[in-house]
Amino acid sequence: MARKVFARKVQNIQNEVLLLGSMVEDAVIKAVLSLKNRDIILAKQIYHDDLLLNDKRYAIENAILIVIATEQPMARDLRQLASMLDVVTELERMGDYAKGIAKVTVKLNNVEIRIPINEIEMMAELSIGMLHKALTAFIEEDAQSAAQIPYQDDAVDKLYENIYHQSVEIMIAEPHNIDNSNLIMWVAHNLERLADRVTNICERTVFISTGELMELEVDDQDDDLDVP
Amino acid sequence: MEQFTEAKITVEHFNLFYGSFQALRDINIDIPANAITAIIGPSGCGKSTFIRSFNRMNDLITSVTVNGEITLDGENVLELNPVLLRKKIGMVFQRPNPFPKSIYDNVAYGPRAHGMRNKSELNQIVEKSLVESFLWDEVKDDLSKSGLALSGGQQQRLCIARALAVTPELILMDEPASALDPIATLKIEELIQELKKSYTIIIVTHNMQQAARASDFTAFFSIHEDRAGYLVEFDRTTKLFTNPTLQITEDYITGRFG
Repeated sequence: MARKVFARKVQNIQNEVLLLGSMVEDAVIKAVLSLKNRDIILAKQIYHDDLLLNDKRYAIENAILIVIATEQPMARDLRQLASMLDVVTELERMGDYAKGIAKVTVKLNNVEIRIPINEIEMMAELSIGMLHKALTAFIEEDAQSAAQIPYQDDAVDKLYENIYHQSVEIMIAEPHNIDNSNLIMWVAHNLERLADRVTNICERTVFISTGELMELEVDDQDDDLDVP
Repeated sequence: MEQFTEAKITVEHFNLFYGSFQALRDINIDIPANAITAIIGPSGCGKSTFIRSFNRMNDLITSVTVNGEITLDGENVLELNPVLLRKKIGMVFQRPNPFPKSIYDNVAYGPRAHGMRNKSELNQIVEKSLVESFLWDEVKDDLSKSGLALSGGQQQRLCIARALAVTPELILMDEPASALDPIATLKIEELIQELKKSYTIIIVTHNMQQAARASDFTAFFSIHEDRAGYLVEFDRTTKLFTNPTLQITEDYITGRFG
């Protein structure tokens, strides 16, 4: 294939995107773990990791802009690089969600409250699984797989609803814990948003292949849920 | 998006041979009026040969034979008087080629050749053409200066003024900016944008960024195994450079072949 130098530059960036993705996965796992174990030290480690994650995002953006400026990519090459700009932004936001969960761990320090941790762990596992598949499809430019991933969001939404109800029950039974229970809703909300953002990555994968920017329409059952 | 409905040039089943060698095979294309159409493709694919067929420059080469049809506003160019045809179709070449005459005489050359003698009318035409080619402000104080004394970019704009002076309908440009520096190139590109309001423009270029930024439509030519040039894909420039229909076009514009 011609354009070996260009191909190598793109591949280096792809590797960095994957690395950023694994940093996000790691942050989410650690954040949920910090909540489960009430581990403030781990939670604060996530604050620090988020700074690294932000730096990595900017470094990738810079590298992409340099390739665009110096190589004048066209067509699929251009779509791929533009999509990577978008994907690193999504990943950086996901990192913020992990940090938000870590903050809840810190805020709930020494607070006695029942946390529906099993459901939260399941949500995290599903969301991270979606993210992992989405990034793999993105790098492999596998639009077909990418188009299927958003369907898994329904399971995440159901868990979100479950945690929402449990949190409301706690609020009713323990009025002194209303604020704290609200924080737990935030944890679930962050994980739900993370899974939503995975869909955006999938849309970019479809864009690279087809050149069409479109929302991946999942038969949305959101309206039947009690959560917004 | 700008709408271009009318075709200025219609090419149907056009073939061109140099002796027994086929240089162009079965070209079919409608070139839209008041638009800029870029022609890109690897060296030797017949881009220049193709646009030279419009104003019958290839008539000068004895071994050339053609079949198929090229019509300008519905008239077959092969049946038009070549002098009238070339009044309708102006041409600008890769290297600026002003006559070794004054700026004024360069621009007035065409109208004079077509019989224009009235001094004040000639003055008007010269000024209008130089204004249209963005050169007037730089040369108005000394129109008697030799065209060859201008810079390369100015010479090229002088050649464009010379082409405009006979009020053509279509302007063919064969690599008009390839011998110019980046600033002179951008001036030519801006000028072309201005000119399309009144003229139809076809530009052959090897510079894909130029085709991408300066044209409304792009035709991609390639070469068959037997070396005959053919039209691969013709589309809106925005489409062709972002999401072409054919893989071979994609490979060419992304630099993977050619």
